[in-house]
Amino acid sequence: MAGGHLLTILTFLPALGALGLLLLRGEDQEWIRRLALAVSVAEFGLSLLLIPAVPLGSAGYHLEEFRAWIASPPIHYHLGVDGISLFLVILTTFLTPISILASWKSIQHRVKEFFVMLLLLEVGVVGVFLSLDLFLFFLFWEVMLLPMYFLIGIWGHERRIYAAVKFVLYTMAGSILMLVGIVWLYTITGTFDLPAIQKMLQAGLVVLSPRAELLLFAAFFLAFAIKVPLFPLHTWLPDAHVEAPTAGSVILAGVLLKMGTYGMIRFCLPLFPDASRRAAPLVAALAIIGIIYGALVALVQPNLKKLVAYSSVSHLGFVVLGIFAFNTISMQGAVYQMLNHGISTGALFLLVGMLYDRRHTFEIAEYGGLATPMPRLAAFFLFAALSSLGLPLLNGFVGEYLILLGTYQRHWNWAVWAALGVILSACYLLWSYQRVFFGEVTHGKNRELPDASAREKWILAAMAVVILWMGIGSPMFTQRFAASCQNVLDQMQRNQAQEAAAPPAPGISNAPVAASVPGAPHISVERLGNR
Amino acid sequence: MFPLREDFLRVLPELVFCAGGTLLMFLQPFVRSRQAFSSLALLASAAATLSAGFAALTPGTAFGGLIRADGFSFFFHLLIGLVVFLVVLGSSSYLERERLAPAEFYALVLFAAAGMGVLASAQELLTAFIGLEMSSISSYILAGYRRDAIKSSESAMKYFLLGSFATAFFLYGIALVYGKTGTTVLTQMGSADVSDTVLKLGLALILVGLGFKVAAAPFQVWTPDVYEGAPTPVTALFSAGPKAAAFALLLRIFVMVPAATQLWFWAFWLLAVLTMFTGNLGALVQSNVKRMLAYSSIAHAGYLLVAFAARSEIGVAAILFYLLAYALAKLGAFTVVGHLGGGGEKHLDLEDYAGLAQRQPFAAAALSVFLLSLLGLPVTAGFFGKFYIFKAALHSHLIWLAVLMGLNSVIGAYYYLRLIVVMYMREPREEAACAPFPAAVSMVLTICVLGTLYFGLFPNHVISFALSPGLFGR
Repeated sequence: MAGGHLLTILTFLPALGALGLLLLRGEDQEWIRRLALAVSVAEFGLSLLLIPAVPLGSAGYHLEEFRAWIASPPIHYHLGVDGISLFLVILTTFLTPISILASWKSIQHRVKEFFVMLLLLEVGVVGVFLSLDLFLFFLFWEVMLLPMYFLIGIWGHERRIYAAVKFVLYTMAGSILMLVGIVWLYTITGTFDLPAIQKMLQAGLVVLSPRAELLLFAAFFLAFAIKVPLFPLHTWLPDAHVEAPTAGSVILAGVLLKMGTYGMIRFCLPLFPDASRRAAPLVAALAIIGIIYGALVALVQPNLKKLVAYSSVSHLGFVVLGIFAFNTISMQGAVYQMLNHGISTGALFLLVGMLYDRRHTFEIAEYGGLATPMPRLAAFFLFAALSSLGLPLLNGFVGEYLILLGTYQRHWNWAVWAALGVILSACYLLWSYQRVFFGEVTHGKNRELPDASAREKWILAAMAVVILWMGIGSPMFTQRFAASCQNVLDQMQRNQAQEAAAPPAPGISNAPVAASVPGAPHISVERLGNR
Repeated sequence: MFPLREDFLRVLPELVFCAGGTLLMFLQPFVRSRQAFSSLALLASAAATLSAGFAALTPGTAFGGLIRADGFSFFFHLLIGLVVFLVVLGSSSYLERERLAPAEFYALVLFAAAGMGVLASAQELLTAFIGLEMSSISSYILAGYRRDAIKSSESAMKYFLLGSFATAFFLYGIALVYGKTGTTVLTQMGSADVSDTVLKLGLALILVGLGFKVAAAPFQVWTPDVYEGAPTPVTALFSAGPKAAAFALLLRIFVMVPAATQLWFWAFWLLAVLTMFTGNLGALVQSNVKRMLAYSSIAHAGYLLVAFAARSEIGVAAILFYLLAYALAKLGAFTVVGHLGGGGEKHLDLEDYAGLAQRQPFAAAALSVFLLSLLGLPVTAGFFGKFYIFKAALHSHLIWLAVLMGLNSVIGAYYYLRLIVVMYMREPREEAACAPFPAAVSMVLTICVLGTLYFGLFPNHVISFALSPGLFGR
């Protein structure tokens, strides 16, 4: 097989880099930063090799690696990449060097440990996206907790310890239940291997009782919902975001939250389709509440970083809604929105971090008129904000549009409520932008603030290019994961077809087969009107 | 009947432990060097561990069915040997610092180990009782070994009073079971009538007695005080050794006497839940690290009881693996605590650990590994321990018990992480002059860390051994 161990290399290269960092002396801070950057850039380069490995229109897993690890119970080291995980991995490897660059100057204390933690975090996240064995998945899922915990707890702001402990306890509460669910699923199916379990369920070799399926779904879903975070489990997020250092926030918003939505797509839907369908109205309701609630809270935030954090709650609500509308278009929109949110919100956190580096405050009231001393930073901020609020031609628009379109086809009322979030996001982002950057400079301290440095300009330019590219060239991305999204839905349908042969289980809404047009994102607006 | 050569081979580890202990006592008046005593004790524990291999090479019963050498007893002898070896290795600097006499200390540790060994291989209840007494009486003395410290004396007194009470329960239980079945040999109780009240009462009393030894709630009240007051190397021994041995006996009764298996199920279920919550909730509010670890060991007894409630081979295997993972983590943690406590064990407060990562990076990292293993995070042995217990519980459809255990793990996460927070995320209060770790202590920590990580990545050998059908020599 070509590129036999690419995925293993991709997963563990940052760990090797972390080991290399440990060998350096703590005083060689410049070399530590350079090595960390070199490793993460190499990792990014390697991850681009995945793109040709996932052919267009293929739904299955590629570059699979399969090796026995533990004999009893049979646990395998099973990695693989498909269209959905492909871009999430690349997003991770892209944001890691960006956050290393972003912390070049702002981290001066225990530098070595900081970059070691950042690279270990990358190991965990990439591992989560590539694992095809439930056990291995859980392993990476848990392992990634620790670096994040230290990143928030050591290099965070004033209430960092509270935020770090809250973050870990929330996540652990969910993940322990997921572990129980995973082991339970194992006792039923006899394997931890995800593709094998899927085959068994589809072939009807294993039939879950409705109660068992619902409990299993709940065990998995809770862990993912906490991570996303879905309203009302979101309360850890503002604390963690506000207290985390900039790099931590970027990775947290950029990729960690996606682990939750990724888990829903990868595990909840294909493994427990009936339970997913039964839970869908509730999940959608929570997602819509999250969209609106997050936006409203963001609207009244005096703290700029908290504002961006709450906007995440709102945006991730869209993703969950798109997933649980069970429609190819909305599903593709959800995956796309996961990537968009990583880039746009990542950029916003970077910018907020840059403001903090200059003024050491997140209070909007402390700013005002910043466009005068720092026009470049202001321009980049506007660009990122517009992308986040979904301006056409920028990336955020594509994702939100697809989600709303797909959802509308199935449940028009869901889409109507969710669309409120789009309006509100324009309100809170533009209003806060106005208060921070426009008008007169009200604080004397702000008058002499330096504009973006060369390093900052490069970081922001890279983000801006991606934002624009994803806004214009969306088919380049969507066509690679369209088949995988369709596959997830097909698996749900096939399971239902079997149910139909058997006496139908009560309480399951009879979902019509989704319109599955290949290359669905190009669906025209007339179609929306025709309905 | 005169004992055969095989009979002696099958109790060789106990013989070596006892011989080592006796030799130490004998040499005490003649030898001045601390070094000599600790070397001798190390040698004895290493030899005993090795001789467990000889015992395992000649499996079978000894002394007319009183003792049984099989895979199960082999595992526990190795575990006890390892624990004793590490305790001896880690305690020499402690004894020197606290100006305690070394010879008697080591001798008592070795005698206690012999008792634990007997417990692990006993196949007859009175033999088990002798093992229990051997290990308990040595433990009572060890708990009060710091004679000039009031807490240590309190610890010994409490342990002795409550311990003898529990032993009495155990003995009374044996008497009742014997009265009903006419035998004290476990294998002959197989056909005992379950519905009989006397037998039920007897088995219940045995459970109470052993429940005390493993610190299961509601028989756990002695644990925090005893663990806190005892010299820290002794606490390390208590938390790993006698507990493992008592669990071994409990397991043997459980596996060999079907009546017990049926009767004890709900008892184990309840004990497990109570013990987990008592331990974890108690640990939440502790500010003394040693006491916190004491409560945490109650909680861990609760997790082990969950595996008992599963009543399956997977459960047995899970218990063996968990005991190993737990022993490594707890031993390591207590060794760090013992050293950092300083003269007179004054620095046991959570605040004394502030900024440890900057003062003593190695100790902080090692302690973190142990805490994470106790917490059950992946890549540590503790994770697989928990995982196998979950597996056993779910395999027997004990879903709610597994969920309760999961909840408890999260409660546990809070206090383990709190210590890590203090070590890594706080600045040191003042330059608390802490002596560097002596080579022997560092070695203990290294062994524990490597073991914890190794079994966290490759649990295969241990678990497949523990699952092998010939474990109980059948």
